[in-house]
Amino acid sequence: VMNGIRDKVLTLDTMNQSVKNIEYAVRGPILLRAMEAEGRHWGVKKPFTEIIRANIGDAQAMGQKPITFMRQVLALCQYPDLLSSPSFPEDAKKRAMRILQSCEGHSTGSYSASAGIQMIREDVARYIEHRDGGIASDPDNIFLSTGASSAIMAVLNLLVSGKGKTRTGVMIPIPQYPLYSATLAEFDAVQINYYLNEEHYWGLDVAELQRALEQAKAHCQPRVLCVINPGNPTGQVLSRENIEAVIRFAYEEHLFLMADEVYQDNVYAEGSQFHSFKKVLMEMGSPYAQQLELASFHSCSKGYMGECGFRGGYTEVVNMDPAVKQQMLKFQSVRLCPPVLGQILIDIVTNPPQPGEPSYQQFQQEKKAVLSGLAEKAQLTEKILNKQPGIHCNPVQGAMYSFPCIQLPPKALQRAEELGQPADMFFCIQLLEETGICVVPGSGFGQKDGTYHFRMTILPPLEKLKILLEKLSQFYAKFTQEYS
Amino acid sequence: MNPLVKAVEYAVRGPILLKAGEIEMELQRGIKKPFTEVIKANIGDAHAMGQQPITFLRQVVALCTYPNLLDSPSFPEDAKNRARRILKACGGNSLGAYSASQGVNCIREDVAAYIERRDGGVPADPDNIYLTTGASDGISTILKILVSGGGKSRTGVLIPIPQYPLYSAVISELDAIQVNYYLDEENYWALDVNELRRAVTEAKEYCNPKVLCIINPGNPTGQVQSRKCIEEVIHFAWEEKLFLLADEVYQDNVYPKDCQFHSFKKVLYEMGPEYSSNVELASFHSTSKGYMGECGYRGGYMEVINLHPEIKGQLVKMLSVRLCPPVSGQAAMDIVVNPPVPGEESFEQFNREKEFVLSNLAKKAKLTEDLFNQVPGIHCNPLQGAMYAFPRIFIPTKAIETAKAHKMAPDMFYCMKLLEETGICVVPGSGFGQREGTYHLRMTILPPVEKLKIVLEKVKDFHIKFLEKRLFVP
Repeated sequence: VMNGIRDKVLTLDTMNQSVKNIEYAVRGPILLRAMEAEGRHWGVKKPFTEIIRANIGDAQAMGQKPITFMRQVLALCQYPDLLSSPSFPEDAKKRAMRILQSCEGHSTGSYSASAGIQMIREDVARYIEHRDGGIASDPDNIFLSTGASSAIMAVLNLLVSGKGKTRTGVMIPIPQYPLYSATLAEFDAVQINYYLNEEHYWGLDVAELQRALEQAKAHCQPRVLCVINPGNPTGQVLSRENIEAVIRFAYEEHLFLMADEVYQDNVYAEGSQFHSFKKVLMEMGSPYAQQLELASFHSCSKGYMGECGFRGGYTEVVNMDPAVKQQMLKFQSVRLCPPVLGQILIDIVTNPPQPGEPSYQQFQQEKKAVLSGLAEKAQLTEKILNKQPGIHCNPVQGAMYSFPCIQLPPKALQRAEELGQPADMFFCIQLLEETGICVVPGSGFGQKDGTYHFRMTILPPLEKLKILLEKLSQFYAKFTQEYS
Repeated sequence: MNPLVKAVEYAVRGPILLKAGEIEMELQRGIKKPFTEVIKANIGDAHAMGQQPITFLRQVVALCTYPNLLDSPSFPEDAKNRARRILKACGGNSLGAYSASQGVNCIREDVAAYIERRDGGVPADPDNIYLTTGASDGISTILKILVSGGGKSRTGVLIPIPQYPLYSAVISELDAIQVNYYLDEENYWALDVNELRRAVTEAKEYCNPKVLCIINPGNPTGQVQSRKCIEEVIHFAWEEKLFLLADEVYQDNVYPKDCQFHSFKKVLYEMGPEYSSNVELASFHSTSKGYMGECGYRGGYMEVINLHPEIKGQLVKMLSVRLCPPVSGQAAMDIVVNPPVPGEESFEQFNREKEFVLSNLAKKAKLTEDLFNQVPGIHCNPLQGAMYAFPRIFIPTKAIETAKAHKMAPDMFYCMKLLEETGICVVPGSGFGQREGTYHLRMTILPPVEKLKIVLEKVKDFHIKFLEKRLFVP
């Protein structure tokens, strides 16, 4: 005890050590640095006028507008007095009334069933069937969730067991979206890295999956294979053949397959097409379709919606042991239910205005504007970054990020080491300090040893994005000059 | 699968509710039953039972959701001002942007200001406020970060018996050690520090007791702790070096005139610097209860006191993985802590609606207590707060034997029979914990008064039949 203040009960030493191992780069040190820079009092003229948060896939924070119809339905659901207002279109009112009927007490303020409002689960199943060319989807296999993140964590939690050499191993892509590594750290599961092939548009090679698996078997029990398609941070969109190969591999190696498909509406490149793992699995027929265990994830945070703050999402589980499904439901019930507004947003995604309905045109217009805007920005980003010698940016086939490879001169590597920082973190900090641009170092996502990257969103408005890309290129040139 | 998840139980939505769901389906299919509807008195969901949302709250969230409405003459200025203020603090001025992982800044400030007002000026720092996805999320996050060690040094968590089974579920999931302390049924479910001491002393044999959870007002018991009791608990926590969790989600649900809610934070502070600088405390609140009943919004907050700065950093890091709580729930919480004040346009209606809900609940609390106590073989402690009755039920020996033959807890057997006979769904006391050899059930007081009277009448009839052995065959 010193000065009457004694040792605390909860310290770094006494806390849950697994939590200490968690890292989430997207909101990690670089963001803290950005926030600190924002709040800092500059004695001299700032080299920039604002911090540009190109670190996080948050479209609306960067100025993207919500889809009008969605917000109309949400407003009507929350304040049903508006159902008698002439300022709302009939199709929005109809949907709101239908949704309210399905809520307990006809209120968005009631808890829903723990797997989500039954009617919405049915709508999601129908949506999936429609998306997948008629392949059946069972509402009973749909769990609505608090963003896709909570469902991903819930499924991983179910899967983690064993001890020592039998501890569950989970295969994740490198580079990956660091929810995966963070969750594995939190659950004390074993992370098994499989490297995406940067030379081949970040493609997924089954040979590499095999390599990773074989090596892992020595020290853990590999049970799960996570795939992100379209990829984050890499944006690659898997070909159908690729997906089939992955399914075959998962089946042969008896792995539970997790398909993170939150960017399924964000596909830009010519020749790229989204194929859901569920559809491909079913079309592959026996034995895969009946036996491979699969969980697919979707969200209202991405796509054309960008409704991150509402925390809407769902998972569809396929071939899950019915007893385990019961357990999953039981586990969800402890948290009662996902936010009802998020569930409603998912419902609108599955049930958008149809041709002939009053809101159809505006809805389509808004949706197209967002998606074509993103496609344009994806191309622009690739083009501008690739103009800069030393920066190489693979085509942004999908998602909402670019993940360019940057060459860093030896002196920079040295300086970074002196400072105890990963080299690309050092680069990103300098970039932030000089230009106000906040991007996330590749080390936060994982990368091949000796390579350096950063992840930048393509979300700022077009003109701002152009400026950002120019500034970034200029900074890079200056940086490599300085440390040459 | 993960054996820890297998071990988790959550009675409120457990087997009894699954059965209720089956029966509802049967009713829908036209199967004839002694009743026409299932009454879900198992869960503290006010809107589901017909309680109306507070108009002002819904106006503000609607305005935030669809800002075009800011031009509509149908919305009062005070609601619009609040909406504008919230939106200004959101990324892209939209509820659709992620917020900071700790929550929207100005809302945290509003929460701190609310706490200060509530606690008679005791200062609250916005930096110590974390918005959460309902209180459950905050409670489970804090417990997660607290649990460590192995074998005999595994973290022990003290929880009241009876408890709200979120606690036992999270303890199970985290593979922590549950340490039970019994509330005193003979004494209005009071918390006796001697019992805390007994529990801790015994627990030290097999674990490292580190955390003390208090639910005040209590769930399922509804007891409202006296100030003296709170001081004793704080002193005990200080003495035994325990991290205090104060679940205060029912702070607005206090009914008898001689009961008063005292926040743990306020009492801690008023006990002087030896306590207020040392005792680590996390207090929880929610938009789901009170007079709001906005369960579906998943709004909540926690205030942490005396946490090590490095721990706060770890906390934010952990929260950042899931990005942020639903922003609409944060907005709902903002209105709870920043309601209309006298002089504002919406004040009168707001106050009226709030008073109506709370006085209605108070009426139903008394009604429930009285009607239960008229039934031979049922004894119900006064419902001082929260929204549940947790009466003790006498179950005849033959019924206990039959239950055991069916491999069921006797009160589960009772509740299943009640459900089958009357359509009333309540949760057996075994789901919350109780002293060995005693049986209880938890029923909400949320149905509208007339319906509640009918429900209580039906329970009375059922119980009498049950006592007369007419409802079970050995």
